Amino acid sequence: MLNSSLTKLGASLRAKQISSVELTQLYLDRIARLNPQLNAFITVNPEMSLAQAREADARIAAGKAEALTGIPIAQKDIFCAKGWRTTCGSKMLHNFVSPYDAHLIAQFNKSGAVNLGKTNMDEFAMGSSNETSHYGPVKNPWDISRVPGGSSGGTAAAVAARLCAAATGTDTGGSIRQPAALCGISGLKPTYGVCSRYGMVAFASSLDQAGPMGRNAEDLALLLNTMAGFDERDSTSLQRDKEDYARELNKQVGGDKPLAGLRIGLPKEFFAEGMGSDVAQAVEAAIAEYRKLGATVVDISLPNSRLSVPVYYVLAPAEASSNLSRFDGVRYGYRATEYGDLTEMYEKSRAQGFGAEVKRRIMIGTYVLSHGYYDAYYIQAQKIRRLIAQDFTEAFKQCDIIMGPTSPSTAFKLGEKGDDPVQMYLSDIYTIAVNLAGLPGMSIPCGFGANNMPVGLQIIGNYFAEAQMLNVAHQYQQATDHHDRVPQNIGL
Amino acid sequence: MSLTNADVRKVARLARLAMSEAEIETARAQLSGIFDLIAEMQAVDTAGIEPMSHAQDVSQRLREDVITETNQREAFQAIAPQVERGLYLVPQVIE
Repeated sequence: MLNSSLTKLGASLRAKQISSVELTQLYLDRIARLNPQLNAFITVNPEMSLAQAREADARIAAGKAEALTGIPIAQKDIFCAKGWRTTCGSKMLHNFVSPYDAHLIAQFNKSGAVNLGKTNMDEFAMGSSNETSHYGPVKNPWDISRVPGGSSGGTAAAVAARLCAAATGTDTGGSIRQPAALCGISGLKPTYGVCSRYGMVAFASSLDQAGPMGRNAEDLALLLNTMAGFDERDSTSLQRDKEDYARELNKQVGGDKPLAGLRIGLPKEFFAEGMGSDVAQAVEAAIAEYRKLGATVVDISLPNSRLSVPVYYVLAPAEASSNLSRFDGVRYGYRATEYGDLTEMYEKSRAQGFGAEVKRRIMIGTYVLSHGYYDAYYIQAQKIRRLIAQDFTEAFKQCDIIMGPTSPSTAFKLGEKGDDPVQMYLSDIYTIAVNLAGLPGMSIPCGFGANNMPVGLQIIGNYFAEAQMLNVAHQYQQATDHHDRVPQNIGL
Repeated sequence: MSLTNADVRKVARLARLAMSEAEIETARAQLSGIFDLIAEMQAVDTAGIEPMSHAQDVSQRLREDVITETNQREAFQAIAPQVERGLYLVPQVIE
């Protein structure tokens, strides 16, 4: 049951081989047993989850079940869910019980899915190791002395340890793909604008995008069918016709070359120095497997991609400093206990409510937006952002899909990069350009590197190519079993 | 790039973040390192390039000028740090 695909789980629920209450309880028991060690969840609320499970069972009994009805899904703690504590990994929101549902939560509720709890994350999604969470770091289920990646590290660890059937993440600079890679699961960041940002605590609004994280591409397609779609409450939500993201997967393909004709672009900048040799080996083996499936390989170049880290660390903090100005200790969230005048109340509430990394980014953002520096930093970064996006447009004239590593290394040790923000920022070197361009990107497990830790293969598609990318991932997962491997010591 | 403690103090003030002298010193060192990373950008020739603010070049939608939000004052004030008679309380700002 714990290793079944969502499609099979849904079928078992509808055939009444198991009830949603039983399934939800099974996961709640696993969370109670394993979460003290992994710290993947910030909040679980068995009463609320089981109430939803009972409703799902009634709906199944009435013959009105949909694909996800009754399936327990964990939600990253960045999504506001009515009646649920929503902390965004911050002390600032330690007591924030959301009065409303994010669009995505409403979509899951409508589908009859069960909210299994809120997963741990880097504070305000700022981090690549989950160590900036106010609620303590998440441990990687493959080796608890190592990080799960970030910022959606709780989600990645929960999926890898089979503490939920699937879960959600958000990705501003790699926060779905990098933890998916480091925990050996699959994750997809859709094209910017495909999933509504309404009710998702804002970090960098022009880059933030929610997406599904799960055990395989087939599950991601099913989740995305529920998550994607126009929402007028998000001004950048795209008005597009409803898509079935699983449509390519269900096509009958002939023979042993299901990807015949597919041109895979390999950016030379992604296969240069900086990538660990163990990561290189696993990624190259995956490319070889793709050739066997019928794909051909083209060398491409993304000449401006080396600038994506500096550009990102101007734009994202700038937008964050503006978004986080709402946390003032007046209407919700943390307020300092002792203060004199109003300014001191603001300054102390924010100083005590935000952690070190968040404050660092607010400071960077405030500086680059301040008088005299705006053109040199912010506008210059936006111009280079266009150059980075144009590189992809050029590349997609020569290939259908781009592949490379998701992360330069496998999961590093807890505390290893703690004191050096620049080293931490460089761990997102392969993922950030995709956010800047607004393209869809995903990571799937492609083997194991040093210390037997998972390696992720990054798949980058053209705008709105999610269905194609999911099929490209799915065909690989039909031919290989990396995605079916599970950590030891998770009680399976 | 090297920032001074005075620069950091000014930014902290603009960002409404209380910082001790020791924190300012740490922040100065870390921010200088980050700005060294960012400095790589300055050498790029971007003459004639339009700044890109969003991934999709779509214009902002307009909507009918009608009320869409329902009144949830009680729900919203239930999570506020300090309220009294339906008002949010802050330190006195007018003498």
